[in-house]
Amino acid sequence: MQKIILAKTGNEAMALAMKQVNPDVVAAYPITPATEIVQIFSQYVADGEVKTEFVAVESEHSAMSACIGSCAAGARTMTGTSSQGLALMYEMIYIAAGLRLPIVMADVNRALSAPINIHCDHSDSMGCRDAGWVHIFSENAQEAYDSMIQAVRIAEHKDVRLPVMVTTDGFIISHGMERIDTLPDAEVQNFIGKYDPLMHLLDVKKPFTIGAINLTDYYFEHRRAMVDAQNNSLKVIKEVGAEFGKKFDTGYGLIEKYQLDDAEVAIVALGSTCGTAKVVIDQLRAKGVKAGLLKIRVFRPFPTEEIAKALENIKTVAVLDRSDSVGGFGGPVFTEIRSALYGSAKRPQIAGFVYGLGGREIDMEQIEGLFMDLKAGKVKADSVSYLGVRE
Amino acid sequence: MSELKKYKELALGGNIEKGGTAVDFKTGDWRSSRPVYNPENCIQCLFCWVYCPDSAVILKDGKVAGFNLEHCKGCGICAHECPGKKKVKAIVMEEEVK
Ligand code: SF4
Ligand code: SF4
Repeated sequence: MQKIILAKTGNEAMALAMKQVNPDVVAAYPITPATEIVQIFSQYVADGEVKTEFVAVESEHSAMSACIGSCAAGARTMTGTSSQGLALMYEMIYIAAGLRLPIVMADVNRALSAPINIHCDHSDSMGCRDAGWVHIFSENAQEAYDSMIQAVRIAEHKDVRLPVMVTTDGFIISHGMERIDTLPDAEVQNFIGKYDPLMHLLDVKKPFTIGAINLTDYYFEHRRAMVDAQNNSLKVIKEVGAEFGKKFDTGYGLIEKYQLDDAEVAIVALGSTCGTAKVVIDQLRAKGVKAGLLKIRVFRPFPTEEIAKALENIKTVAVLDRSDSVGGFGGPVFTEIRSALYGSAKRPQIAGFVYGLGGREIDMEQIEGLFMDLKAGKVKADSVSYLGVRE
Repeated sequence: MSELKKYKELALGGNIEKGGTAVDFKTGDWRSSRPVYNPENCIQCLFCWVYCPDSAVILKDGKVAGFNLEHCKGCGICAHECPGKKKVKAIVMEEEVK
């Protein structure tokens, strides 16, 4: 199979994946820096390149509401948003997951106001981490494109049936032009297959109620069932990622280890920072420094066991968080990793670093400095610091 | 209510996988006032039957025969819509506390 090499920004890559998925419904509202996803997709609709019913709504709350309605009606449904838009969807985000609707959403990670800011951090999507969505990060436009296609399969899998959010980093990926390998439309269609909604509201022969009230007697059981679905998705994400790799050469897992197995010092990161870290690691390795990276691709479900195993032999680990749980002990990635490692026999030394809020640049010198500090034993274990802020 | 189910026995997303289940749900539990029917003032226009949102007006041989108080939620729509005879209503609402 011949891949098609194109120059695409992250937003263009995600819009292209959506076009090739050719969903039944897209309901969306534009927001910086995700605007182009919706804008480009609506052009596909206007040009008749997709059969999608495009619902132009008046807000993101309505966008997710329309997605919930259309998905419940049996339509393969997608949307895209960012930051304040995702925040405005918040109420419906929980409902989409609780009703077990396999909606696929592109989110371009961006800081939340105030102060108002349009640049990248992970606060927006991290704020939804307890909602029940599968939550996938991308290192670059290629991963965003590939994950959007895989997300359809993951969401719709009968053992999962949860909405999936695929994220890129605002401007860094969304507006950065890259060379990406794309697939022919037919290959994408073959990979995702036909959507079987199991039950849908337009099936007049099988009437059912969706969204009924559950009080003290049943709410807890339904949330518990979502935990099973999240756990099931660990396997499904790996299977879908492996199948993608078998067919199209680039496989995907829950995490990615980069020079990690023999590393003495390692960092853990999500998203675009992983790309920068890999370059730094290559340079350090050339100088004999055993540096490594653990990239987390899938934050929900949290791959606890794989992460604990991947890090068990590292002496010192720095966890990078591009969002902060203000008032908590470290950002969400730090707290989860520290918790994952608590039970490991050779518990590594671990420190948390919140960085890059509101799009604050993280450069190679900073990451190199972090590795050197780790190596020199200058990083205090069980501490949380703020990297790149004027203190 | 029958035996409570365990979480693995439940339908996906809390769906209720059949129609017409409103009949199993006793909305009459939360009623704070009830409709009282006086046949003497009734002209059998059946407005009450048409307007009742819970299908709680019972008809017998096409005539009003009372209310299903397991499902009547006491909204008073029937009484409001009832034209009655000579402006005297055939349905009046009474407080449940009485
Ligand atoms: S009070 Fe409301 S629910 Fe009860 S019978 Fe009248 S209309 Fe129906
Ligand atoms: S609305 Fe009043 S008058 Fe008409 S049928 Fe009902 S009770 Fe009788």
